[in-house]
Amino acid sequence: MSLDQLRQCIKDALPDLDCVIGWEQGHSPATATPLFMYEKQDVDRLVFGPLSVHNLATYLPGLKGKKVGIVVKGCDSRAVVQLLRENLISREDVTIFGMGCNGVISHKRLNRTVDNLDRASSLRMDGDDVVVTIDETEQRVAFAEVCPDKCLTCTHPNAMISDHFIGEKSDRAPICETPPALERFQAMSIEDRHAFWEEQMSSCVRCYACRNACPMCVCRDQCVAQSRDPHWMSQETSPRENLMFQLAHTLHLAGRCVECGECERACPMELPILLLRQTAAAGIRNLFGHEAGVDPEAQIPLLTFAVQEANIKE
Amino acid sequence: MSAVPGRELRIIGFLCNWCSYGGADTAGVSRFEQPTDLRVVRVPCSGRIDPLFIVRAFLNGADGVLVSGCHPGDCHYSEGNYHARRRLELLKHLLPAAGIDPARFHYTWVSASEGAKWQQTVTDFTNRIHELGPAPAFCGASTPEDWAAVALGAANGPGCSDHGGDGK
Repeated sequence: MSLDQLRQCIKDALPDLDCVIGWEQGHSPATATPLFMYEKQDVDRLVFGPLSVHNLATYLPGLKGKKVGIVVKGCDSRAVVQLLRENLISREDVTIFGMGCNGVISHKRLNRTVDNLDRASSLRMDGDDVVVTIDETEQRVAFAEVCPDKCLTCTHPNAMISDHFIGEKSDRAPICETPPALERFQAMSIEDRHAFWEEQMSSCVRCYACRNACPMCVCRDQCVAQSRDPHWMSQETSPRENLMFQLAHTLHLAGRCVECGECERACPMELPILLLRQTAAAGIRNLFGHEAGVDPEAQIPLLTFAVQEANIKE
Repeated sequence: MSAVPGRELRIIGFLCNWCSYGGADTAGVSRFEQPTDLRVVRVPCSGRIDPLFIVRAFLNGADGVLVSGCHPGDCHYSEGNYHARRRLELLKHLLPAAGIDPARFHYTWVSASEGAKWQQTVTDFTNRIHELGPAPAFCGASTPEDWAAVALGAANGPGCSDHGGDGK
């Protein structure tokens, strides 16, 4: 079984590392939470499965200079590739335990679909279904209904970069080309989108969870959202200032965002802010043929230019 | 004082110091007639323009934003406008997702000698913005009733009170 292999592999590597980051079971069997392993006995708490949602690459830039091991799924590995590309982490300091992924579960969506999820005693995948046992009754829901949008369109289920690839490669195919939420958004008129953001942004509390969960947001203390000099945006939580913050986040991630969806997962108000990042990433793909986190050698499109731009008509 | 009949709109122009600001000056010195809606912000180079300048202008109530720099290949700093071109093109792609009509944004290249081209550019852009009317403002709605009113106003288009009310 690959979890045993993964545990063994981490135990073998741990003496040379300061710590290894993975996941452990959270407050219920229906949740997982990041786990920092320092000692061999910590490794026994490690889990890996459809609840291993967090993109642990977010922790890497903050641990620069330390020898860190990290367990990654396909989408997480794209964040690691992009961090390496931008020299925000160094390759020799990071040990990557790559895994194949069969999709993860959005806790928010599962919680909406299943009653009394906090009383769950077990959760497992069964083909295309998720089976949750609550109060000794099994409840079955379709995976496609409770997974985050990124799993519907996932084209990179296996870790793209790894020192140790553990277990079998996943052969999951994308379920659809465009996630339903993005499709609905794209069908809206510009006027409707204006009203849509006015409504959505009125509930943003500017907690910056989206920024802090983002593996590519590395400015932190120098973030324009909180800078007073220059004073880019006020602390007022009006839809206008909130949208300004979201657009700043989107533009600062243009060409770098790996669309892991951590921003949206971390949002306590469940705002569909990934729509903006996906739109920017699609623009980068169409204009410059660039996909972030895929090629460790690729130039970041907004840091370079072509004298004759192939896809820009003037 | 408005040079064109009707109400003036708020149009922000980001002009590069070396070419387009000179071009606008040439147009002025040559006494070419121009609409007066444009407020010019002079920047050292179009490469200095962070796309957030434009987003900020729109969210603060601009009805249109015009960016003009040196022709590609003629940049005073060799390659500033090449970088600008990529950023501005991406912004054009992103604006409709934010609910801002990309027709309200335009970027172009005007050299210091092209007074006539500047006159044409600014006239065409101002006319376009007048056709589109005042931009819908983010008015700070907070209740479901407010949101419904905003959605209705947006659907009604520029004639409604949500579009460019005087208090924005």
